[in-house]
Amino acid sequence: MTGDADHLLPSDTPVTLIDAHGHPVADAGRALPDDAALRRALASLITARRLNDQAYALVRQGRLAVYPSSHGQEACQIAAAQVLDEGDWLFPTYRDTVAAVERGVDPVEALTLLKGDWHCGWDPYEHRVAPHATPLATQLPHAVGVAHAARLRGEPTVVMALCGDGGTSEGDFHEALNFAAVLRAPVVFLIQNNEYAISVPLARQTAAPSLAHKGVGYGIPGERVDGNDVAALLSVLGEAVARARAGGGPQLVEAHTYRMQAHTNADDATRYRASADVEAWVGRDPITRLSVYLQIDESDFRARAERVAEHLRDGLNRDVEPDPARLFAHVYDRPTTQLQEQAARLADELSREVASR
Amino acid sequence: MTRHEKLSMAQALNRALRDAMTDDPSVVVFGEDVGPLGGVFRVTDGLTAEFGEDRCFDTPLAESGIVGVAVGMAMNGMRPVVEMQFDAFAYPAFEQIVSHVAKMRNRTRGQVALPMVIRIPYAGGIGGVEHHCDSSEAYYAHTPGLHVVTPSTATDAYGLLREAIASPDPVVFLEPKKLYWSKEEVELGPQPPAIGRAVVRREGTDATLIAYGPSVPVALEAAEVADREGRSLQVVDLRSIVPFDDETVCAAVRSTGRAVVVAEAAGFASVSSEIVARVTERCFHSLAAPIRRVTGFDIPYPPPKYEHLHLPGVDRVLDAVDDLQWEDS
Ligand SMILES: Cc1ncc(C[n+]2csc(CCOP(=O)(O)OP(=O)(O)O)c2C)c(N)n1
Ligand SMILES: [Mg+2]
Repeated sequence: MTGDADHLLPSDTPVTLIDAHGHPVADAGRALPDDAALRRALASLITARRLNDQAYALVRQGRLAVYPSSHGQEACQIAAAQVLDEGDWLFPTYRDTVAAVERGVDPVEALTLLKGDWHCGWDPYEHRVAPHATPLATQLPHAVGVAHAARLRGEPTVVMALCGDGGTSEGDFHEALNFAAVLRAPVVFLIQNNEYAISVPLARQTAAPSLAHKGVGYGIPGERVDGNDVAALLSVLGEAVARARAGGGPQLVEAHTYRMQAHTNADDATRYRASADVEAWVGRDPITRLSVYLQIDESDFRARAERVAEHLRDGLNRDVEPDPARLFAHVYDRPTTQLQEQAARLADELSREVASR
Repeated sequence: MTRHEKLSMAQALNRALRDAMTDDPSVVVFGEDVGPLGGVFRVTDGLTAEFGEDRCFDTPLAESGIVGVAVGMAMNGMRPVVEMQFDAFAYPAFEQIVSHVAKMRNRTRGQVALPMVIRIPYAGGIGGVEHHCDSSEAYYAHTPGLHVVTPSTATDAYGLLREAIASPDPVVFLEPKKLYWSKEEVELGPQPPAIGRAVVRREGTDATLIAYGPSVPVALEAAEVADREGRSLQVVDLRSIVPFDDETVCAAVRSTGRAVVVAEAAGFASVSSEIVARVTERCFHSLAAPIRRVTGFDIPYPPPKYEHLHLPGVDRVLDAVDDLQWEDS
């Protein structure tokens, strides 16, 4: 047996560097990121919030089928992207649209899935952002594979793999962590514990002391961090990325945050939680506390956020005519004879429809 | 340079892996017990010793993890060849196969290809106990985005596996367990493409037997017996279930006007039912009788002492041939 497991255990309380009132935490045992890094984070947080709220509005206007918002979780989204280098990879879930955008994905392409124009709207290789994963936790083994392939080739790539609290109950979460540990793959697993999986609270998901404790069973160090404190996230995730890059293997980070809105617009959260519970988290907002700490008026960053929101609105208001040929084009490298026949039949059917109009 | 050697199907598969790993450093092999042991059927024998642990390695026991990690490696420049230990033990990987392996290219409009091979020893006839004998081809064949192939000879095993590893698309490679030990002279070297191409294994003029994988030798034996009884049966070996070679299969059936499909899997909602539907749609006016099927019963794979009752055998195939309305012609 490998001896001392203590170094694998998370801190007793989540790492916090800037508290909910915007005050630096004394004796946090970690250095605060410098002001330039925090200003950069704040600018992105404000844009991310704006994007979340814009996307939510676009659902009401019928431009998006649905939107799983990360409103309130933006610090996790931004930190996860900002600690990565260009050659690193991000594996987002359906809730991590603004993390993908922070990494460079065009917000319009990031929402192609929910607009309905296609599944993945971006080229995953362009910014090294994998497609949104919807089947819970299934993206985690992929993240391990990308990391392991890079390690075999001697490339310094690190992979940031995102997952929700509910997703940790899935078998693929377990398999991915176990593989990552055994292969010593350079992966940072970031769980955004927003306390709910649709309607189901965390207590129904796990009896573990914390989700970060799950690491110990795999031999992976776990850490807990205040998920609404971008400074703490940058520090903890940055360290985990550096450690993975240096050959230290995977790490598990649990960020304590809260889903401020319903699961998606299609969900009615009043059926399973009290609004007082949500109110309690308003005072812990990631943007407010960082602006107080930096003594910056958020309006300084509004212009950029508005530009991005406008770009999103314009993009989503533009209708793209579906191209029927696309249905068959990418099932295989080259369409099979059968797919060619089906494509021809559909084309013929459509041409007759046009002719009979 | 082409070499000839007498090899079993398992050895031919092993050669295909070795040759592919030699030719292409991005080919990696992993799964359960595939390292020093060489796999429970020895298909990966000697690969770790020859290529090192980075190229052929044992993984934790987790089929979803194996296939999921292979997806990530294929996304990042590798050509993984993974082994599922037995047909029924591939089911934990089903979600990865159906939701990711099969769909990635389509989801990303062709930007992310997954050149990977999932090798699965499958089907019965070896006296295996439950969970070791499933004919699971229909699950994969039903899933758009996968290629599904199954060799019936050692030569095809070599050629198909080389082609599968080189393919830009994911391939589910089904290895008929009962044929692992059957030997023949194998040509080791470039072979004509076999994915998407059925082959006529035996010429015949009275009726066509359509089979794949473990059922091909049964069909060939039936044709041999029928020949002695004065009936000339043609045998078509699909080799590739997806893509399906309508052209070769339909040309064969048109040439005889009668057909029997032979397959081990349960017949309901199966590859055999698909073959009958396709051939009927395309060859209706050439058919002198409805196409018959000889398949496994619609039951869970039976215990070893019962499998002879379940598996399509020569007599059952010949009975089906007898039923092809000869008196009307
Ligand atoms: C395998 C699977 N089962 C069920 C679902 C349906 N589903 C979508 S989101 C969700 C809740 C997930 O909760 P969590 O992991 O905490 O992520 P969050 O939505 O809170 O970000 C469920 C059950 C799914 N997407 N995938
Ligand atoms: Mg959650």
